[in-house]
Amino acid sequence: MNLQKTILDNIDPDIASNFVSRREAVNKLGKLSMAGFALASVPVALGVLSKASFAKGGTPQSVTDVLNFALTLEYLESSFYSQGLAAPGLIPSSDRTIFAQISKHETAHVALLKGALMSNAVASPSFDFTAGGKFADVFTNYTTFLALAQGFEDTGVRAYKGQAPNLQSDKPTLTIALQIHSVEARHASEVRRLRNQKGWITQANTDVAALAAVYAGDNVTTELGVDVVAVSGVGSDGVSEAFDEYLTMSQVLAIAGQFIK
Amino acid sequence: MDTIQVQGEDALHILNRVKFATNRRTFLQLAGASVGMLMVGCSSSTSTTPSSGVDLGSGDVGILNYAYALEQLEAAFYTQVVASFYTGATAPEMAIMSDIKNHEVAHREFFKAALGSSAIVNLEVNFSTIDFTSRASVLNTAMTFEDLGVAAYNGAGKLLVSADYLVAAGKIVSVEARHAAAIRDLLAPKTAMFAGDDVVDPTSGLDRAFTPTQVLTAAGPYIKTSINASNLPS
Repeated sequence: MNLQKTILDNIDPDIASNFVSRREAVNKLGKLSMAGFALASVPVALGVLSKASFAKGGTPQSVTDVLNFALTLEYLESSFYSQGLAAPGLIPSSDRTIFAQISKHETAHVALLKGALMSNAVASPSFDFTAGGKFADVFTNYTTFLALAQGFEDTGVRAYKGQAPNLQSDKPTLTIALQIHSVEARHASEVRRLRNQKGWITQANTDVAALAAVYAGDNVTTELGVDVVAVSGVGSDGVSEAFDEYLTMSQVLAIAGQFIK
Repeated sequence: MDTIQVQGEDALHILNRVKFATNRRTFLQLAGASVGMLMVGCSSSTSTTPSSGVDLGSGDVGILNYAYALEQLEAAFYTQVVASFYTGATAPEMAIMSDIKNHEVAHREFFKAALGSSAIVNLEVNFSTIDFTSRASVLNTAMTFEDLGVAAYNGAGKLLVSADYLVAAGKIVSVEARHAAAIRDLLAPKTAMFAGDDVVDPTSGLDRAFTPTQVLTAAGPYIKTSINASNLPS
């Protein structure tokens, strides 16, 4: 495993050098389960557990952890679109305006979160958008690029949603996270429709088998104990589309981790 | 400000309605609508009791009723759109509108069931300024409602105490944002409009977040029933 020096620089040396310590730290964070944790995603987790955000012997600063988690996802998206826009002949001229707009937002989100975290911000990991060869032609085949763009946007929506309760103690930050969350959803809708998909997610369906984890558990039709199909008369597909489900931090890290060197 | 009518029936809104209406309505209809609106506004603004409108309530219940009110508005709008599509609606456009109508009905009925006996009554809407035969009128109204819904949920999140309710609202707001992007793309295909600089700040990359007062003021012209939002948390 090639741990990123940039990320390790931010980590408590004891944690970085001692798996047990790291595991304890992860458990203390209370959101990650090492059991279901893909090895590839560990560098991201280390990034989240930055020295500043998890001072040894101190109180876990959950808001900082969430923001670093968000920042890592924004680094991923920002890097992805920058590379995509720079790749010759990848994005057709008819669609460049769309991706320039998305890229502008992701870059702004990185700047915003870095500004909020200041010295606590983790550095950007290095990315491998082929995911070890799984998406080998990501920057030469527009179809592959679009599929990954959709996967990243839909993951982003589910990721922010899952962290909202962890920001309730910090209302201004919660609002900012929600304001990013809906932008990711706008992006997701647009990219999905570029792919001739609906802008919304039906059940847990995806046409890209390798991205099934992005849509895991999205086929929910009971909300707050209300069987929405029963009370609304709207079919199961429509109700599943009407509610975007969240992903936990560990689920998101398992997805994003595939793209981190 | 005690009621939505007081907030909603200010001079600017009346002016906007007049401007909008003159484009396509007879003067008679326009005058009728405006006078009726003014009278509603007067009756509310002259009322001394805050309880004169439908009370959304306080705390989390108040916020859920606030969301329920907005979903009622959206569901009523799309129900009417789907009942008789505008002239020249394409099959993909009809499919999108039908999907959105189903989503909004699901949202509305979800809130009604979740609120139970605390749910507000069915609101009476006022779509007299909307020309349901016109693509531009329908899509621009849809855009207004979807963008407003996004801003409403974004602004209301911090007002909720229950984490479960916050997550439920989060599950809905992203769907509203998906709608907004799709509608905007129908209006201006393959442009930056789906997440335009008018709603997503180009410097910060942030969508809008509105207070209930801002939202109810903007929605006011479309809701006939007087709403009392004075007990909402802030």
